[in-house]
Amino acid sequence: MKLAIMGAGAVGASVAELASTYGHEVTAIADSNSAAIDPTGLDTDAVLTSKRTSGAVGDDDPDAVLAGTYDVLVEATPTTLGDANPGYNHTVEALERDRHVVLANKGPIAERYDEIRTSERDSDGRVLFDATVGGAIPVLTTIGDLGRSNVTAVRGVLNGTANFILSRMAAESLDYEHVLAEAQDLGVAEADPTFDVDGTDAALKCVILANVLFDGGYALSDASVTGIREIPGTALQLAAEDGRTIRLIGEVIDDEICVEPRLVPETGTLAVSGTQNIVQLHTEHAGRLNISGRGAGGHETATAVLGDINRLS
Amino acid sequence: MSERMVPRAHTVRLELDDEPGKLLNALDPIAEHGGNLLSIFHERGNRTPRGQIPVEVDVEATPERFDRIVSTLRETGVNVVQAGAERYSEELTVLLVGRLIETDLSDTLTQFEHCSSASVADVSLTVADETDEVSSARIRLAAHAGETDRALAAIHEVAAEKDLTVISPLTRGDSG
Repeated sequence: MKLAIMGAGAVGASVAELASTYGHEVTAIADSNSAAIDPTGLDTDAVLTSKRTSGAVGDDDPDAVLAGTYDVLVEATPTTLGDANPGYNHTVEALERDRHVVLANKGPIAERYDEIRTSERDSDGRVLFDATVGGAIPVLTTIGDLGRSNVTAVRGVLNGTANFILSRMAAESLDYEHVLAEAQDLGVAEADPTFDVDGTDAALKCVILANVLFDGGYALSDASVTGIREIPGTALQLAAEDGRTIRLIGEVIDDEICVEPRLVPETGTLAVSGTQNIVQLHTEHAGRLNISGRGAGGHETATAVLGDINRLS
Repeated sequence: MSERMVPRAHTVRLELDDEPGKLLNALDPIAEHGGNLLSIFHERGNRTPRGQIPVEVDVEATPERFDRIVSTLRETGVNVVQAGAERYSEELTVLLVGRLIETDLSDTLTQFEHCSSASVADVSLTVADETDEVSSARIRLAAHAGETDRALAAIHEVAAEKDLTVISPLTRGDSG
């Protein structure tokens, strides 16, 4: 398959880097300012080196990418809320050209799911987005295999940054601010951690899950969201004295979407530590399935993107 | 999710002979059958009319496992005076975070009991140091069977009025 990659951050660059090992060819990569386009296939190493050294991926016009030669558009621009652009426009434009779209960008699927499905119906292209929930963990693919009507509820730890902070606070009896600074030093938390610690990122993933489970109709505004900023170290100590701990848990149960810190058994399935994610699928006929693994990172997310691309081949 | 699969807190009252190792022996079946030991109240100063020491043990386990724990205890000769009395009342632990002292914690707890029809069984409090005004409390409540969701909703409401944060356990579905 020929891939056009929009977004040259950690995920876009990793898809470009790994594409050939999956038997695919990259014909375009663009970031917000520059692009490299070659219908016969790009030298991805050269493009990524250029991005690292000069800041630009190439000399081509990013606006020309969507009109170019490709089978699959990989949408890996940063997640935005509300109108979810530019990701939404890229997705719809590629569908109008009857191309497939694989998203790592959560915005369009969380905020404008119904519109994207409508565009997909009018297109020969398909839209897949397994990378948007749980990184490398095949959550949406598993739901697809189970059949969405057989999944009664989903619950999980869906943000590695928040989970890292809570598990460090519990393990080291430290306060939030202290652990956040440490997480930023380690590159686990971004300079502006708002999206992660306020629960927005986990909520977007839950909204996507709700859209998949109930065939659309949900946006971020439908989720009840509480973050972890207000949790003092003492709360984690009190929880630990009782064999429990606190995790930022996202739930989609009875068509309600909720992300908030919850008390969970310290040795329970949901108390994953560090940046690990876990998703529990409650099924109609097969009890509970737990899938855990790395929920973020360039190669991890690219692995899910390339999995989707293989399903389109 | 089957009710039998959901772990919950149970209280077991035992009477043990005052001999070394008796308590430890009595606790073995709990771990053996996958129970989570929550607390032990060992009333050493008290004696039963039969001269034994009463011990109250809180265990978290699924009802199925709890049944096995109790029958194993009895098989090994432990005098189980009361078990599963709490079976149809559910225990619920929440954390409460905020300006707990300034907002009158005892009034908060009274309101919890009043509004949620649950009773406060136990409170552990960590008062803030001077640099941080936020305190935390762990509150164990006993609620009527099947009413934990309603009790939690009432607790959230009372807490919200005082600008306190409630960290609740997982209730619906499974607590795992």
